[in-house]
Amino acid sequence: MADQLATGSRRGLRPALPLLLPAYLWLTVAIFLPLSAMVFFSFMTDLPLAGKEWAFTLGNYAAFFSQSLYSTLLFASLRLGLEVTLWCVVIGYPAAYVLAKVLKGRSREAIFLLVILPFWSNGLVRIFSWAMVLREGGILDTALNAVLPFKINIDLMYSYPAVIIGLVHSYVPYMVLTCYLTLQAIDDSLIEAGRSLGASRRQVLRRVIIPLSMPGLIAGSALIFVPVVGSFMEPRILGGRTGTFYGTVIEDQFVAVFNWPLGAALSFILLAVVLIILALAAPVLRRAG
Amino acid sequence: MRMPRLTAFLAATAVFVSAFTLAAQAAEEVHVLNWKGYGADEPWAVANFEKATGFKVVNDFFNSEQEMLTKIRTNPGLYDVVMINAAFNDQAMAGKLIQPIDVSKLSNYADIAKDKAGSPMLNHDGKVYGVPWVWGLTALAINDKSFDKPPTSIAEMWNPAHKGRVIIRDDAVEAVQFGAIASGQNINDIKDMEAVKTKLTSLMPQIKTFWSSENDWNQMVASNQIDIGTYWSGSADRAKTHFKLPVSLVIPQEGAVAWLDAFSIPVGSKNVAGAEAFINYMIDPKFYVEWVTKVGAPVSANTKAVEALPEDAFNRKVMGSPEVAKRIQFQAPVSDEQREKYLALWQELKVNVK
Repeated sequence: MADQLATGSRRGLRPALPLLLPAYLWLTVAIFLPLSAMVFFSFMTDLPLAGKEWAFTLGNYAAFFSQSLYSTLLFASLRLGLEVTLWCVVIGYPAAYVLAKVLKGRSREAIFLLVILPFWSNGLVRIFSWAMVLREGGILDTALNAVLPFKINIDLMYSYPAVIIGLVHSYVPYMVLTCYLTLQAIDDSLIEAGRSLGASRRQVLRRVIIPLSMPGLIAGSALIFVPVVGSFMEPRILGGRTGTFYGTVIEDQFVAVFNWPLGAALSFILLAVVLIILALAAPVLRRAG
Repeated sequence: MRMPRLTAFLAATAVFVSAFTLAAQAAEEVHVLNWKGYGADEPWAVANFEKATGFKVVNDFFNSEQEMLTKIRTNPGLYDVVMINAAFNDQAMAGKLIQPIDVSKLSNYADIAKDKAGSPMLNHDGKVYGVPWVWGLTALAINDKSFDKPPTSIAEMWNPAHKGRVIIRDDAVEAVQFGAIASGQNINDIKDMEAVKTKLTSLMPQIKTFWSSENDWNQMVASNQIDIGTYWSGSADRAKTHFKLPVSLVIPQEGAVAWLDAFSIPVGSKNVAGAEAFINYMIDPKFYVEWVTKVGAPVSANTKAVEALPEDAFNRKVMGSPEVAKRIQFQAPVSDEQREKYLALWQELKVNVK
């Protein structure tokens, strides 16, 4: 069976080439080349622009280890990534379950549309609208004070929770979509079989539904965790003075101080750390799956 | 029969093409590199200049001095005029990025204040590498709604009454120089970095957020979220004049950081005559008065231009007073080494807030 599959795929490769070529050409030009240039930059003392002296160095990578600043920030960013992923699971998974198993027809389409809707608006616009909602005297503050009999002061803007709220809002659709796909594929008769054999609702969830939808949960988590660790726009706008993260420091190196080599080195350290985390997590998650 | 017709056709085409080339030559382009929204790209100014000289202005922008230097480095021959902060002129000249300017071609140059025109930052070996344009301050600005009467001391930033309602710019050099003034030091020769660090550390809990553009600052005031913060004099003027916001500039008794912006001509400019015409127009009193009235601007380096403002204009009355001149410190070039030291301190402060 495995042999048959293997020969089948080998036979399929040649005719598939023209179909694959545009994608790989694009990947080479748009991702592989700039990325290799960045690897090259990260080992340089300065950018090789007209007349500037440069040499190869490991100094940019050493900078990460010689100053506690960068590792502190990296930990803060990893924590941010974990927290945001967790909230996305808490919010996104039940929503995906309802979409896949409870709602049918028109109402499912409507809810699905609402989930995807944020994707159609620009990320920056979304973050700025959160700024209007979260700030003191903003929409949330005014609305709550209009309803509640006592006076409360809600000023979430420029704080860590504001960053979490903004990021969860931006990334929760990924979790809903990936989980929806795996949950929808679960055969309803499996759930019915579990129930008729005496399993409680909770047991069915724990023993049948969650294990079967694990690939979706893992894919969603990876899709969210990786960009959140490197995020810089949301922390900068919503985080205020607490909004310094690993991503914002990398951005500063590129935009504000023009130290591309250090910025590139910091980026690749982030890439390495994220890959290590995913590699370490893979066997655990696979067993769980 | 056929041949002549073809010849005629070719000749007509040739005439046409050369006519176009002539037209193109008549409307030569002047490529200008400057901050966005900073005078040189005002549509009315561009229109006036184009009408008066026949040159066509093409604006390009930068977001930081480092980006500006990189842009002229990587595009030799593209730009004809570049706006360089005097503190960066040295670096641009040493990198052979800008050329000496023949100031005899600029009719308005003679009216530029002698101390600005003679600045050692803009003159090297008796040659002029930068034409002073405007100068201004990095001082404090207040939200008028939060104060009955404007404060006079920089210490107001540390006043517990403004906790969580203070804003400063996310810029290492500016923050460190601000700390130097607050701790009573010379901004160009900071001897006691520890004092600067202590001052800034105690400021951090007061801060609401960092600003990076004029728009950030103005929005914070418009939504009444801040009381006081560091701001540029020209921007405070623009916030008041153009955006009608309750903003006033305060020049604290301890002093303020002054900067001088100047125009230079990059090496390899294809249109030096156009560049000279444009620079001359930028320092012209007529342009300046219109800029101040319509939009709000820093102080012109041209004495005649400042005199053309009404007597009670802020840029003439306050910024021009000898009382203020005594307090301000002009920013000298900052070496890369110092810059990196300042950045390390600034990043450390920002991380310790967490």
